Amino acid sequence: MINLFSLKKKQEAAKEANDGRPPVKKQSAGELRVQKDISELVLSKTTSITFPNGKNDLLNFEITIKPDEGYYTGGTFVFSFSIPTIYPHEAPKVKCKTKVYHPNIDLEGNVCLNILREDWKPVLSISSIIYGLQYLFLDPNHDDPLNHEAAEVLRDNPRQFESNVKRSLAGGYVGGHHFPRCI
Amino acid sequence: MGAMDTGNMEGRWRDLDYLLLRQGNIVGPGFEPAPEIRDFLQDDFKVLVIGAGGLGCELLKDLALSGFGHIDVIDMDTIDVSNLNRQFLFRMHDVGKPKATVAAERVMKRVKGVTVIPHHCRIEEKPDEFYKDFHIIVLGLDSLEARSYINSVVCSFLEYDADGTLDMSTIKPMVDGGTEGFKGHARVILPGVTPCFHCTLWLFPPQTTFPLCTLAETPRSPAHCIEYAHLIQWGQERTSETFDADNPEHMKWMYEQALKRAEQFNISGVTYSLTQGVVKNIIPAIASTNAIIAASCSLEALKIATMCSSGMDNYMMYVGTQGVYTHTVSYEKDMSCIVCSLGVPVHADADSTLDQFMKQLIADDRFSGKLSKPSVSHLGENLYMAAPPILEEMTRENLSKSLVELLGEKGGTVNVNDKKLAGVLRVQVAFSDAASEPNAMDTAGAG
Ligand SMILES: [Zn+2]
Repeated sequence: MINLFSLKKKQEAAKEANDGRPPVKKQSAGELRVQKDISELVLSKTTSITFPNGKNDLLNFEITIKPDEGYYTGGTFVFSFSIPTIYPHEAPKVKCKTKVYHPNIDLEGNVCLNILREDWKPVLSISSIIYGLQYLFLDPNHDDPLNHEAAEVLRDNPRQFESNVKRSLAGGYVGGHHFPRCI
Repeated sequence: MGAMDTGNMEGRWRDLDYLLLRQGNIVGPGFEPAPEIRDFLQDDFKVLVIGAGGLGCELLKDLALSGFGHIDVIDMDTIDVSNLNRQFLFRMHDVGKPKATVAAERVMKRVKGVTVIPHHCRIEEKPDEFYKDFHIIVLGLDSLEARSYINSVVCSFLEYDADGTLDMSTIKPMVDGGTEGFKGHARVILPGVTPCFHCTLWLFPPQTTFPLCTLAETPRSPAHCIEYAHLIQWGQERTSETFDADNPEHMKWMYEQALKRAEQFNISGVTYSLTQGVVKNIIPAIASTNAIIAASCSLEALKIATMCSSGMDNYMMYVGTQGVYTHTVSYEKDMSCIVCSLGVPVHADADSTLDQFMKQLIADDRFSGKLSKPSVSHLGENLYMAAPPILEEMTRENLSKSLVELLGEKGGTVNVNDKKLAGVLRVQVAFSDAASEPNAMDTAGAG
C-alpha cells in the first residue's frame, strides 16, 4: 500500500523531472482493441477498406462492398464506421453512405442489423459486422424492414423487387425516390 | 495562510484529530499519529473532484468538511432546473450558470478556509499534466466514457524500473462513486495495484438498445416511440441539423414527434421528461443514494491521504431498495489488462530496426508460437500493421527505421497484435546499453 504523506517529496521531484517532456497522444481502450480487429482483418475480394484520416486514425474508416451475387450484383456500397472510445463495450456506429433501395437500410443510411444494436457482444469484431453487411446484400430480409415499401415489394413480388433494385443501381427512380447510379 | 486562521476556530477539527492524533488497530501502513498530518491535508494536499452534479455536490461538501484544504472541481455542464431537487449547492437563480463555478463559490462561502478552484470544461480539454498535479482524483460521474478516459490518463502515468517493479510514486489513486436509483457503488483504484476500470469493465451493464426495425415497424413502448423520433425521424426531417440534447427546442420537437407516433400506435406514457430520460440516457437519481456513496468516497479519500485507517479493498456495492445492504468485494486485477498492466519487459538494441525488433519478438521464447505476423503500435502511432494491405503499405517504411527513432530515447510500451494472440500483447521496451550490458550480466551471473 502507498503512503502519500511520505511520498509527497518524491512526487514533487518526479513532477519536476517530467516537465518539458512533450505531451503524447493517448489511446483509448477502444482504439487499442480496434487495432487488433483491423490488424487481423481478412477481406474478401468484394470488400475493401479505406482510412480517410490516415493510418493513425483507426476509429473512423469506410468499408466498400461490391456484391458479386444476388440482387445487388455490380453495385458499390460505402459504409462509414465510427468506433466508440469504449469499444467493444459498445458497438460501432455504422451508416450506409450510398443511397440504396433495400428493405433493411433506410434512405438516411440507417442499417437494421441485429449485431449493430440489440445483439452486439464484446466478443464480436469489425470482421463480424462486415460479414453481416455482406449478408444483407445476399439475403435482404422482408421481416425486419427499415424501408417499408421495399420490404413489401420483396415479400409480395420478388421479380418486381429485382427490377426495382436494377433500376436503382443504374441511377433511377423507384417509388418516387431517386437513387444515384452506383454501378 | 491568513485564511487558515478563520478556518480553525476552536474545536472545529476535534473529530478529525481523533483520527489523526491517535494510534489504532486498523490504521494504514506506516501511519504515525502527528499534528503535521492535518497540516499536510489542509496546506499541501490537492484533491480533484470530477463532476459537480448529484454526487459532485455531496463530494465537495464532504471533502471540505473533512479537512481537505485544496480542492479543484471540473464539470462541463450548466445548471438545469431539474437538478435543483438534489444538487443542493445550486439555487433557482443559478440556472444556466456553470456547475463547477457555482459549486466552488458555494462551498467556499459555507466552509471557511477551503480553496475550491472550478474548471468549467470537458475533462479531455485538460492536458495530462493537469491531472498529474493532484494527489488523488475523486470521480462523481455518470458516464462510462468519461471514466474510461480518466482511467487511461492515470494509467499512463505509471512507471516501472528496469526489473519491472512499479514506481509507487507514479500511482495516482482514484476513488470512484456511481449511483443508479437506489443502487450505488464506491471503489478505490490504485492503478497498477488494484483493478482499473478496464480490468472490470464487465461491472458496467451494457446500454439497452432496441432493434431499429422494431422502432420502425412494431413499436410497443413509449421508449420505442422516443427512440424512433431520435434515431430515425430527426435524420429524415431535420437532415442538415445536428441534434443537441441540451437544446430545449430540439427536445420539444423530439417529444412532439414521439407523442404523435405513440398515438398512432395506441401507446400511452410518452412525456417530456421521459423523452429527456430516454434520449439523454438519464438514470433516475435519488438524493440519499448520492449522499451515502459520496460519504463513503470522501472517507476513502481521507484514508488514502492520511493513512489514518486502512482503505477499502476495493469495491463496495450498496443497495437501498429494501433496507440498506452493502457488500465489499476485492476484485482482482487483470494481469494482461491493455490499460494498466506493465507488459512483458523486453530488452532491445536502440539501433535495431523495427523489422529486426519484430523478428526478435517472434524468436522470444516467452511468446513462442504466439507470433507470426505481428502488428506493432506505440502510443497513438501505428508503427506497422500487417493487415489490411492498404495499412501495410502505409506503415511499411517504418520497418527499416530504428527503434530509438520510433520510440524515443527511453523506449516505451508497444502494443503487439497477432492473429494467434487472444488479446493485445503489451511489451515494455527498454534499450540495453550495448557497451555495459554484457558486464552487468556477467556480474549478475557470478553473484
Ligand atoms: Zn486494468
